[in-house]
Amino acid sequence: MSNRNSHVLDVEGLGVSFDGFKAVDGFNFYLAKNSVHVIIGPNGAGKTTVLDLICGKTRATEGSIKFKDRELLGTKEFKIVRAGIGRKFQNPSIYENLSVFENLELSHPSGRGVFGCLTFRRTPAIIEACESVAKQIGLADKLDTEAGILSHGQKQWLEIGMILMQEPEVIMLDEPVAGMSVRERQETAALIRRISENRSVIVIEHDMEFVKEIADRVTVMHMGKVIAEGTMETVQKNEKVIEVYIGH
Amino acid sequence: MVFLRTLFKNRGELISFLVFFALLLVVLPIALPIFRLNLVGKYLSFGFVAIGLVLLWGRCGILSLGQGVFFGLGGYCMAMFLKLEASDPKSTAIQSTPGIPDFMDWNQLTHLPWFWEPFKSLPFALMAVMVVPGVIAFIIGWAMFRRRVGGVYFAIITQAIALILSLGIDGNQGYTGGRNGITDLKTLWGWDIRTTSGQYTLYFLCVLLLIVAALAAKYIINTRFGRVLVAIRDREDRVRFSGYDVAMCRAFIFAFAAVMSGVGGALFVLQVGFMSPSLVGIIPSIEMVIFTAVGGRLSVIGAIAGCLIVNFGKTSFSEAYPQGWLYLMGGTFIAVVMFFPNGLAGILEDNATLKGKALKLFAKLKELKASRATKSSVEAPIEETP
Repeated sequence: MSNRNSHVLDVEGLGVSFDGFKAVDGFNFYLAKNSVHVIIGPNGAGKTTVLDLICGKTRATEGSIKFKDRELLGTKEFKIVRAGIGRKFQNPSIYENLSVFENLELSHPSGRGVFGCLTFRRTPAIIEACESVAKQIGLADKLDTEAGILSHGQKQWLEIGMILMQEPEVIMLDEPVAGMSVRERQETAALIRRISENRSVIVIEHDMEFVKEIADRVTVMHMGKVIAEGTMETVQKNEKVIEVYIGH
Repeated sequence: MVFLRTLFKNRGELISFLVFFALLLVVLPIALPIFRLNLVGKYLSFGFVAIGLVLLWGRCGILSLGQGVFFGLGGYCMAMFLKLEASDPKSTAIQSTPGIPDFMDWNQLTHLPWFWEPFKSLPFALMAVMVVPGVIAFIIGWAMFRRRVGGVYFAIITQAIALILSLGIDGNQGYTGGRNGITDLKTLWGWDIRTTSGQYTLYFLCVLLLIVAALAAKYIINTRFGRVLVAIRDREDRVRFSGYDVAMCRAFIFAFAAVMSGVGGALFVLQVGFMSPSLVGIIPSIEMVIFTAVGGRLSVIGAIAGCLIVNFGKTSFSEAYPQGWLYLMGGTFIAVVMFFPNGLAGILEDNATLKGKALKLFAKLKELKASRATKSSVEAPIEETP
């Protein structure tokens, strides 16, 4: 842990148990500003659970999650989102029967209360925001397309775009390239590099080539615990890591 | 124009809206005798509940089997005012305590209970018609949705609430009129609601308020809030992690549907002239869901039409086979849910899209033919040149 101010997210001693089974145990994690931090680990290591804990979907039984010195533990999900943490789910989770534009517009942070929604007007600024995000995710020419008929990769991008609309400081992506073609993987890697220029990104991923391409730092999890942390190179040389994960 | 566009997505919607309400405002009053028209008015008061269910169930995916509760609360608020006005000391002079409603006198009450007092005022009663159901629904909804109670459990709990309220009214005869309900309602601020002209006026009032309610519902459907409702129905987690307070949105729409139901209840009382627990409990609550399902739970106009169609069916069928009606209605409900989940309005819409598709295909064929014709005319001279 270096200078505290360079971190946007400080997770310390995080733990959760389901009926006595410790899915995550004593998890420490420091997310630097404007960086891509990848969490890897074998199946059942607790990676997705960590994201669930940070975004409030699952309530932690111990530890602390500090976002810019604000404790997030026990905060409601929508308030965590409004504080500036966005999350993408493993399976593309978009509104299939709305157009790409409407998907993005619905994710725009203005007017998220009941009355804000009722009086919401589509202003030029909002249209511009949607168009610029659509450009970033490569769907600029698909704004009027119904989201349900997009390809799998495009759906994944759209969900990333919906999170970008919220202008979060931290984005959490759960296996963003699962089921993508090689070319789509490359484009996604470029997209993640691009969006991490002015925000931090946590990624869960299995594909080692992809991780090498995007990661500033890597945390390796096994059985709910951190077993190694560092750059991809140092992690790959770690014996424990080789034993549980990369070795076979 | 912009306002119209927020209310109606396309011309078809606007036309069906205009035609439907022209039917209610012009054709039916001319075609039907006042007895039948009064029945239509009674059915239309269920239309308010149906509009609420379109938003709540069709759009947001929350099935409430307790809308009769809010219909009843609105109805009782109205009936209490009317009963107090009908129980002036002069016309109740033969009672041992003149000036209180007759059923209280039968139950040995000697003075008006405190919660009846404010209902001497019409403005208070009219406000209560909307506020009481709205506030109660909001509290119930907020308590349940915050704990993520949904789906079948929500339906069962609302059903239980309907049972509790109807039993509660039933069991407190001195305060509520018990099983007989509140009857013998006569005047509204001295204006007789039982005369033919009174019934005509109330019918038109009912239709006009229904138009207001339908426009309000259409407005909600076409705002961002309407899209959020559908999004909650289809992808609850995504909405939550886009920063929306899902529980609050649900509680709000539940309260809104309750306010609508309350207004419907009040109009029912005015047109029918009584209110009783039989309109509050389980069976009416489920019937209202059936009206909505048959008419189309996604369509405002469809749901109102559903109330008319099912109720006319009920009237004419049960005149012939009084015992068979419940079976027929149950069967209809099952058939609609299984084969036409979007009800009659859904069938009509599908037809319209089919027709649209056929027209498009036809236009394409024509285009193809035309292009082939120009092609052959272009190609023909080339073949001839050598």
